[in-house]
Amino acid sequence: MLKRYNINYQIVLLSFVLACLPFFFPNDFYYEIAILAILNAIICIGLNLLMGYAGQVSLGHGAFAGLGAYISVVLATNYEFSPMSSILISIIFMACFAFVISKPILKLKGHYLAMGTLGIGIIINIILNSEDEITGGADGMSVAEFSIFGYVFEESIQWYILCASLLVVIIWAFNNLIDSPFGRLLRSIHDSEKAAGSVGINVPHYKSYVFVISVIIATVAGSFYAFFSGYISPEEASFTHSIELVVMVVFGGLGRVYGAVFGAVILTVLPQLLTALEEYETLVFGGIIIFVMIFMPKGIASIWDYFMDKKDKEKSLVKN
Amino acid sequence: MTELFAYVLSGVTVGFIYTLVGLGFTVIYNSSGIINFSQGEFVMAGGMSTAFLLYAGLPLGVSFVLAILITSMIGIALMKLISFSKDGSQISLIILTLGFAIALRGLAQVIFDKQLHTIPSFVGEGSFEIYGATLSYQSLLIIVVSIIIVFALYEFFHKTKTGQAMMAASDNVDAARLMGINIKKILILNFAISAVIASIGGILLTPITSTNYEVGIMLGLKGFCAAIIGGLGHLFGAVAGGLILGILESLVAGYVSSEYKDAVAFVVLLAILFFMPGGIFGNLKAQRV
Repeated sequence: MLKRYNINYQIVLLSFVLACLPFFFPNDFYYEIAILAILNAIICIGLNLLMGYAGQVSLGHGAFAGLGAYISVVLATNYEFSPMSSILISIIFMACFAFVISKPILKLKGHYLAMGTLGIGIIINIILNSEDEITGGADGMSVAEFSIFGYVFEESIQWYILCASLLVVIIWAFNNLIDSPFGRLLRSIHDSEKAAGSVGINVPHYKSYVFVISVIIATVAGSFYAFFSGYISPEEASFTHSIELVVMVVFGGLGRVYGAVFGAVILTVLPQLLTALEEYETLVFGGIIIFVMIFMPKGIASIWDYFMDKKDKEKSLVKN
Repeated sequence: MTELFAYVLSGVTVGFIYTLVGLGFTVIYNSSGIINFSQGEFVMAGGMSTAFLLYAGLPLGVSFVLAILITSMIGIALMKLISFSKDGSQISLIILTLGFAIALRGLAQVIFDKQLHTIPSFVGEGSFEIYGATLSYQSLLIIVVSIIIVFALYEFFHKTKTGQAMMAASDNVDAARLMGINIKKILILNFAISAVIASIGGILLTPITSTNYEVGIMLGLKGFCAAIIGGLGHLFGAVAGGLILGILESLVAGYVSSEYKDAVAFVVLLAILFFMPGGIFGNLKAQRV
């Protein structure tokens, strides 16, 4: 049965944790990391919908987030649109863009799909790097200040509240979406596209639908990050960023809402902790990814399953 | 006309490097179905270790052999890691090789450094003149060595017993195992061969473009493009793909814009994926490898 506007204890707990966190932040740097982690988590939730539920890999989402952010920023900074309307225009443009490319690209499968999305991502990155009259080239550009209906965002705490609320709303929407007929439909596509097609589901249509949703989410989060940091460079749209996002989703656990969130938070915070290791940072980071993929190929969310299974087993033993 | 010829010549040189990287992908893909995203880092490892072994005062020949050995060890290490992996789902293996690539870049930063390095051209600095275009000895060496490697690989896979066993294993693992072929050995051999090819590419390229710890990212991706353009899994496909990419890139850099040079590989890749997903050689029912 479809439960409408399902709010469960997880959402309440998450809101509580998010609300309490700022009391433990000694300075602005912590806010910066927290906001980056939240925005990455938001992109990862969208990407997880595409990868974990609809079963389509994308190695280009960093570039989509970056391009969306650039469009918002250029409109707001160079053409003096209000930030909200520039983000809206960017969303509309990116949605059309995603829809157009989704048709040929989502016909591809496996490695070919991965390479196709990667190719588009790299082309976007090269364009952003080369058109320096509009984008400022490799040096990046500074960004106009952000405001909603005249209310200016200056303090980190304002940004934190905005991003944290967005995260809660998106998780709530996501939970409802995957429990809805639409969510079941997506999982049927994930399990077998042919079987889904044979029972009358328009598979290509729904695949591009999900692709567009995930690109829109990436656009919003990317734009917010650019406005928050007051600066944007093509690094945002780089191959490395796209890879990071996919790694976050898989690291956390494909097809799990909180998996993507944990993956994003851990892999955003971890490099900050690893900077203490200085030159060993990259080596250790790579090592951790290898370790998790070898011993927990279903992501760190599978630790949770492990303990739940154990509990279940104990329960059943008691019953017998 | 001379200009055009010069661009094509330099394109062919780079194209053969892409071919070598693409061949490395092909060998691993055929044997295990894995796309190895750290292939570019094998190229980097070959070039960087040669440069540092030379700094350490070793003679040229010894440095080459050691660098190739080191890289093949890295290849075998990757294979071992993959065989540890509990479930072989495609995406987690892709992430594993990506993690391996990151770790290798990190390792290169620690052992070597972040600077650009080069090695002297080992056939002398001279060059030929062909119809007004110059071709350096080093470029000629790249072309000759690559062609030798391609034919050696072909002969190896088609004429030797081990090569035939590897072909059999790539065709049907279970049947091959029942025939008494040691699959694990075959996989180790495949990863080692792939790493050796890549490291040779890295060593050959370094005197021309120099190397640093990040050089592998783009090389790896373009090599993969070459392999897909030619038709993933085909030996001569990788050659055709590599040459097409190299030449087109060089022409775009010369006539259109050097900024968009790197985009060529991916535009061609997308065109191939959209319109002939099997690649150029994909429609021929050619034998794999």
